[in-house]
This record gives sequence, C-alpha cells and structure tokens, in this order.
Amino acid sequence: MSARELTEYEEYSREVYDRKGTDAPKFQVKSGLTPEIISTISDEKRDPDWMRAFRLQSLEIYERTALPTWGYPLDGLDMANIVTYVRPDARQSHDWDTVPDEIKNTFEALGIPEAERTGLAGVGAQYDSEVVYHSIKQEVADLGVVYTDMDSALRGEYAEMVREHFMKLLPATEHKFLALHGAVWSGGSFVYVPDGVAVDIPLQSYFRFNAAGAGQFEHTLIILGKNASLHFIEGCSAPKYNVANLHAGCVELYVGEGSRLRYSTIENWSRNMYNLNSKRATVERGGTIEWVSGSFGSHTSFLYPMSILRGDDARCEYTGITFAGAGQELDTGTQVAHIGRNTSSRISAKSISKNGGKSTFRGGITVSENAEGSRISVSCDSLMLDSESRSDTVPVIDVRCDDTDIGYEAKIGRISEQSIYYLMSRGLSENDAKGMIVGGFAEPISKELPLEYAVEMNRLISLEITGGVS
Amino acid sequence: MTKPLLDVRNLHVNVGEKLILRGLNLTVNAGETHVIMGQNGSGKSTLAAAIMGSPMFDVSDGTVEFLGEDITRLSPDKRAKLGVFLSFQNPEEIPGVTVENFLRAAVGAVTGETPRLFKFQKELFAKMDELGLDRVYASRELNVGFSGGEKKKTEILQLLMLNPKLAILDEADSGLDVDAVRVVSDGINKYRNADNAMLIITHNQRLVDDIKVDYVHVLDDKHITLTGGAELISRIADGGFAAVHGDITE
Repeated sequence: MSARELTEYEEYSREVYDRKGTDAPKFQVKSGLTPEIISTISDEKRDPDWMRAFRLQSLEIYERTALPTWGYPLDGLDMANIVTYVRPDARQSHDWDTVPDEIKNTFEALGIPEAERTGLAGVGAQYDSEVVYHSIKQEVADLGVVYTDMDSALRGEYAEMVREHFMKLLPATEHKFLALHGAVWSGGSFVYVPDGVAVDIPLQSYFRFNAAGAGQFEHTLIILGKNASLHFIEGCSAPKYNVANLHAGCVELYVGEGSRLRYSTIENWSRNMYNLNSKRATVERGGTIEWVSGSFGSHTSFLYPMSILRGDDARCEYTGITFAGAGQELDTGTQVAHIGRNTSSRISAKSISKNGGKSTFRGGITVSENAEGSRISVSCDSLMLDSESRSDTVPVIDVRCDDTDIGYEAKIGRISEQSIYYLMSRGLSENDAKGMIVGGFAEPISKELPLEYAVEMNRLISLEITGGVS
Repeated sequence: MTKPLLDVRNLHVNVGEKLILRGLNLTVNAGETHVIMGQNGSGKSTLAAAIMGSPMFDVSDGTVEFLGEDITRLSPDKRAKLGVFLSFQNPEEIPGVTVENFLRAAVGAVTGETPRLFKFQKELFAKMDELGLDRVYASRELNVGFSGGEKKKTEILQLLMLNPKLAILDEADSGLDVDAVRVVSDGINKYRNADNAMLIITHNQRLVDDIKVDYVHVLDDKHITLTGGAELISRIADGGFAAVHGDITE
C-alpha cells in the first residue's frame, strides 16, 4: 500500500473523532485556579452551601498537594492555562430534537443517538462541562431506577444520598488531581438502582469535549442497593487541538450486597489530552464489580480503577486493553483490596504499543490480615509492534494473610514476523495481517464489550494499524 | 508454447551470511506434479520459502518468475494473489482469530471480493467434511492447540478454499499417522487439475504413494543434482540417497 493511500485513510477515519464542533460556548471561566474562579463555578451551578464549601476546601488541598511522583511526566500540563468550566450554549434536554444542531451533529457523527435506538436503557451526553441530554426508558424508570445528571441529583429527591457518598470513596486528599476534581467538577451522571432491581439493558453516558485548552471534570456516582444489577457504559472523545486539555473525572461505584455492576469504558481522547482519571468501587458481601476498559486515546493517561472487596465473597473482574501509538504514554492498570473473606479477583490486562508508544501496566493487589480464602489471578500480556515501542509491567503485591491463593503471570513480546508472513502468504496485506494479529490479541477484551463497542474497538485498532503514519 | 507456471533461474538464497541455495533451476508447468526430495538441511524448505517470498530469506542472485512475471521482489501477499500457495511445515498459531474469519478474509484478499457469509460457510463446511475435520474447528482459533495432524489438515483446507495455481506443500505429511496421510493425499488429489500444479517437498514416500507424480528432483549441495520420474521415489526409499548418488545429472 502506498504512503498516499495510508494518509487518506488516516485523514478520513480519524476525522470523525478529531473534528471540532463550530459552536461557541455560552459561558466559560477564566483559565487557572483561584477561589474567585471556584466561587464563580458555584454561582453558575447554584451549588448547595455544602458543595460551595467542599469546592473551596478541595482547592486548598490542591494547592498544598504535590504532583504524582510515579508514571510519565506531566510537563506539558500547565494548570494556569486550563479553563476549568465551559458551559455549552444549550440547556439540558430530554428530547434529542431540541439539542442544538451543532452539538447534535457532533454526537450523530459519533453514533450516539443511534446507539440509544438500538438497545440502551438510557443515555446521557455531556458536551464540555455540562450534560446536554439525558433520557431513560420509561419502563426502566418505572422500576425505580434513577439516571440523571449530577446537578439535578444534588438538588433533587436523592440529594442526601449524593451528599453521603460524594467523594467518600475517592477523597480529595488522595492525590492532586482528585483535589482539583473536588474544586472544579461539573457534569457527570448519578445512577441509583433500588434493591432487587435488575436492569437488563445498559445505560450509557458519552463525554464529548469540544473546547480548546479546557478541562473536563465529570463526576459519576452509581449506587446499587441489594441484589441489583446494572451495566453502565461510558464513552469519551474529543477533537484534536495543539494545546493541552485535561480530563480529571471521578467515578465512584457502590455495589450493595449480592449486586452486580459492570462498568465498561471505551476511551478515545485526542492526542493532546492528559487523562488523569480516578475510578473506585466498593463491593459488599457477595457482590461483583466487573471493569471492562479500553484505552486508546490521550497523550498521557494515569488510570487505575480500584475495587475494594469489603464484604465476604465479594468478587471483581478487570478486563482491560491499552493501545499506545506514536507520542502516547499510557500508564494504566488496576488495584484490588481484598478485605472480606473468600473474596476473589481476576485481572486480565493487555497492552499494545506501536510507533514509539509507551505503555505501563500496574497491578496493585493488597490482601488484609482477615481476608482468608482470597483468590487472585492476574494475567498481563503485552504486544509491541516494533522495536521503538516500549511496554512495562509493574506488579505491587502486598499479602498479609497466609490463606491466599495468588497467581501472577506477565508476558511481554514483540509481534511475530513469522506470523505476519504466514498471514501474508494467504493474501492479506502487511497491514491487514498485523491488524488481524492485534485484533486476535485484543479479542478476549472485545468479546466482553457490547457488540457496537466491540465493532468500534476493532475499528480503532485497524485505524491504529493502517493509519499509523504520524 | 504457453509460459511455465513457475520458472526458477539460478536462484541463490542466503540466511544472513550463510548461503543455502546456489544456482538452483526449476521449471514447473501447469498440470504437473513435482516432488523435491533431499536430506534434512539440504535447503528444501528454503526453496519453498523463497518462492513464497518469506522475509526471513534473502535472494542474493537469480530470479523467480510466475506466469512470465518476475516475482523475485514481490511481497508474499502479492504472490498469493497471483496464485502461489505454501502449505507450511509449521503453521503459525494466531490466537483470537477463528479459522472461519481468517479464511474468509484470505479468500476475500485473494479474489478481491469478500465472499457472502452463508455461501462461504456452506463451502467451508463441505470441504471440512471431505477432510474429516470436525466443523467445530471453523470457530476454533487458528492452529491454537491443534495437534500436528489438525494443523496439516487445516493447511490443506486452506489450499482447497483458496484454490491457487501453484501449491507448494512443505512436509505436508510430517508427524501424521497413516490415516491422516491418506486424508491429506485425498485432499491433494481433489485439488489437482490440468490448470494447476504442485510442488511437493517431502523426505519420505508415504504421501506420494497415492499421488500421480511427474517429476522428482533431488536437492543436494545447494542445488538440484538429479531429476527423474516417479521411479526415483522408490529407489530412494529402498536404498537411501546413496542409491541415486551416481546418477547426478548436473
């Protein structure tokens, strides 16, 4: 295939994600961070008093907290230049037809309303700092399921529940970007599934980031009562700019006794994004958290969803894939804390690096003194597509209980020239052969995704392989 | 006269500094079956790989022509599209890719048109039945966890589905029991016709017992030292390569 064909493919296909909307925001704060800017955000959002105080306190924590000392450098990120709040020129709507055309066109190009028509229980769409669209199927709402934007949740019927849980799992003191989140967060979703309710079809939130040099700080809070179940999907993308953008979202998941929550993410931020996101779940007795995570975009990512297996017999599964292309430094992984007895975790992580991309997997496991009978299985598999790329795995294991069964397996390899030759001898071009091998490598992850996301993931992989000219 | 299917002229092949083939000549016409015999390490597999275009070998001199076109520098996929096929001695395992999806993509790549799912599946199952390959293998990951015999049958399945002009079979019978060898030779006989040709690489005679062979070449000292008819096979089987050593023609 000639270089020209590759370039056209790249331009054509990446354009769907990288294109910026042409709408002008309704309101945005000045760049940088001061108590005045934080108060302006509170004013704009008509925060309750406790949230107003919470934001200012978080700002104080932010100011006295140092940058993380692990992971890839964050030199390209200058907080003085980040705009923390950008309100689109749209009121939140429950009717797709009333969403402004410019914003609607962006989401339509990404296939969002189409996804809703083809089998979701509810959809939320956030544009820059605010949610512009939220809907839930009536039959799901009738079961008592709440799916709403966080602003409404802060003031509505569940205000007390939100206050009790907000940044309790992930406190502002944990690291600098959580403190930042506490100060400037906006947007995101609140979900509550009552006892005994199983939501059979997924809920989905899509985060689209349009403004240049801005930050997105959405907060997702999901609470499952006892014996409930839910599949929640989040998708993320943003157009490409030459200035750094920052995403420091926060996801807090509370899984009640005997409940099951699956949280799936396909993240495809543009290559100027610093994705410093925090996610954590706590699981009560007999409950299950399943993370499915695909990280394709961003310039730099720090992302380690954590599962706290608090109750006896609680379980977690983490299935993740990271694809680092040219110029990308993706530091991902997962953490599990085994606290209850007979808790189990199964971690399966894959990473692919290409054209000098760097990928690091961190697996952090702690088993407390009382977590007798815990079972842990970690498998981590890295594939490098060329000799310039880099892949590391960093296991951190702290076991304080003798009665623990732990298996940890890590493999790092380069894509096999012989395998590429074998497929090419059957007529596949070099790119198609590599795409097939990488797609097969990713298959254990893609089969965990809902069909349309698996299709999107395969599309992103073939885009990475065939459009790899930088 | 029509152009030969395969015309190898003065072929020199290196792996790194090491010369494996030196001045090898070979011509294969449509409708012919050729057998290449030779001791282990004589360069038989290197010849197969050089015709297919393996990147692990370096053609330092000479040419490979296919239907009159010089393919010496073509990538393996372009050779496959022209009609060259190699059944691998050690087929690669490709995790996460099913036999069916792989073969459908391969047929699409070679013919330029991805076959319709239902029609393709029907043909695939029919060929699998002929080869005694359980249909569940269509949804197994390509060669992953396959026994030696299953791998070889899957190579023959690919041969039948892709229907190339030239099939090179590199040790298609190694590691197979008697019944499996018969299945493979049956498959080969189903493939062959007046318009295509075969180049069979083997160091034992079992596979070619049931196949009509036109020419036998002995590969020794980095080139073909002897060419004869099917009778060479039994002479080598009975007396080893020493039995034919005095017949050297080149």
